[in-house]
Amino acid sequence: MKQKKNRIWLLLILPGTLFITVFMLIPLFSLCLTSFFPDQSFSFSSYLKLFGDVYFQQTFLRSIRLSLLSTLLCALLGYPTAYYISKHSRHKGVMMALAVFPMFTSPVVRSFSWMVILGKRGIVNNFLVWSGLFAKPQDLLYNEFSMTVGFVQLFLPQMILSLIGVMDNISDDLTLAAGNLGATRLGSFFHVVLPLSVSGLVTGSVLVFTGCMTAYTTPQLLGGADTRVLSTMVYQYAMSLRDWTQASVVAVVMIAVTMLISSLFSRISRKINPVA
Amino acid sequence: MRKKNGALMCVTALVYFFLIGPLLVIAAASFSETKALKFPGEGFTLDWYKQVLTMRSFIDAAKLSLIIALAATAIALVLGLPAAYALNRFSFKGKEGIKTLFLSPVLIPCIVLGFIMLRYVVNQYDLAVIPSLLIGHTLLSIPYVMRVVTSSLANFDFAVEEAACSLGATRLYTFFCVVLPNIKSGIASACIMSVINSFNNVALSAFLTGPGVNMLPIEIMSYVEYHFDPTIAALATLLMAATLGVMLLIEKTLGLQSVV
Repeated sequence: MKQKKNRIWLLLILPGTLFITVFMLIPLFSLCLTSFFPDQSFSFSSYLKLFGDVYFQQTFLRSIRLSLLSTLLCALLGYPTAYYISKHSRHKGVMMALAVFPMFTSPVVRSFSWMVILGKRGIVNNFLVWSGLFAKPQDLLYNEFSMTVGFVQLFLPQMILSLIGVMDNISDDLTLAAGNLGATRLGSFFHVVLPLSVSGLVTGSVLVFTGCMTAYTTPQLLGGADTRVLSTMVYQYAMSLRDWTQASVVAVVMIAVTMLISSLFSRISRKINPVA
Repeated sequence: MRKKNGALMCVTALVYFFLIGPLLVIAAASFSETKALKFPGEGFTLDWYKQVLTMRSFIDAAKLSLIIALAATAIALVLGLPAAYALNRFSFKGKEGIKTLFLSPVLIPCIVLGFIMLRYVVNQYDLAVIPSLLIGHTLLSIPYVMRVVTSSLANFDFAVEEAACSLGATRLYTFFCVVLPNIKSGIASACIMSVINSFNNVALSAFLTGPGVNMLPIEIMSYVEYHFDPTIAALATLLMAATLGVMLLIEKTLGLQSVV
């Protein structure tokens, strides 16, 4: 009987395991291997060459800078919003649905909407000229500004939803108790609500950060030729320049950085709040 | 208290204006009579909708996107459901490893997934465009199936299954008539998420589509590189209407909470 059971689970997991191994795991290993064996022998030369390249350095730093900035903005905008929805809003279901709707909408559509709004003849530029702040339309598109705006709009819902998830679990009795024990409202916020919601903030931040680091559509549509990020660089090397060796190295760097920063975030969260 | 509420409410209103506003701008611009896309538009016309519905390239791309999304989700279900069941039902060595493996495609950036699929799978085995798209999108869908189905199986009491078996039902019969009906809402939400995700995916398809075979998001992206007219706004509005329809359907049947 035991023997038979053993065979059943193996049979059940085998097809999926094989599929992922053949189509993802082996290609992933091949990618890493070839990036370390540029000419049949092991060397870091591709990596040294890449990190010595000024164009790559700029792209690399831009990716990290924009992702961190977007994560920070999402946290600053998402936190009060989630707090309001979780604790004060009477229409929570509707508010959640309105946050989910953009998430389900294609990133192409969402980036495209900013092309309409921030364009030379878009509504923002019309307002700037009309109000007399600027004499002529400004370049609001195809730069780091438009990319950040796009990123924040793209990933803010994820931050809001992960924050609402933890805030819903903070009982109102706790803040009430803190108040009864003499804490000011601000004091009870910083000593009760904030520590209890850090885990949601970290989960949201990891989602936003890795999302920004790996997003392709938004930087492709809202960025310019001189504001490339790692993901558009992979595509450029692979498809436009047909330099597959360089594309591989950039791809490996991208995976490494994303995983490194995610694990760093969760380590920070464990340090701040060992229970969660 | 009241004052603080007011400030929070203002921030929330601004954030939602920032999230939803741009989508409304697109919808409004799609009715404009002007040739160039602009907001606020002028006049009212449905011509752009007529035009987009007669454009072969968009219709074909939309059809392909939908077929790939549905087929990939179905394959992911066939591969993922038995594995999720095995992980919950049986104890064996390396369980955590298998679970991580099934969730891992979501950890690899799509743009990298597209690149390695093209380089080490499509070129290696000389695959045609459609099978490569299917394989790639199936990889995207497996983690969704795994995550949602595992959590709904965790709430399932396997004693019920034992009871069915001891009453004489075969294992297979028990699985389809006892286990499956109990987790069907989990399966449904996994499928919806996976179809939406696959339909909207750009990075993977950018590497795997070939000449003459295009997915809708890619088709839209290459169109907006050269044209800036309300056709795309009309198409985007149609897509948003479809999204809204799907969301209402979810709310009516499963409840939106179960999906996010």
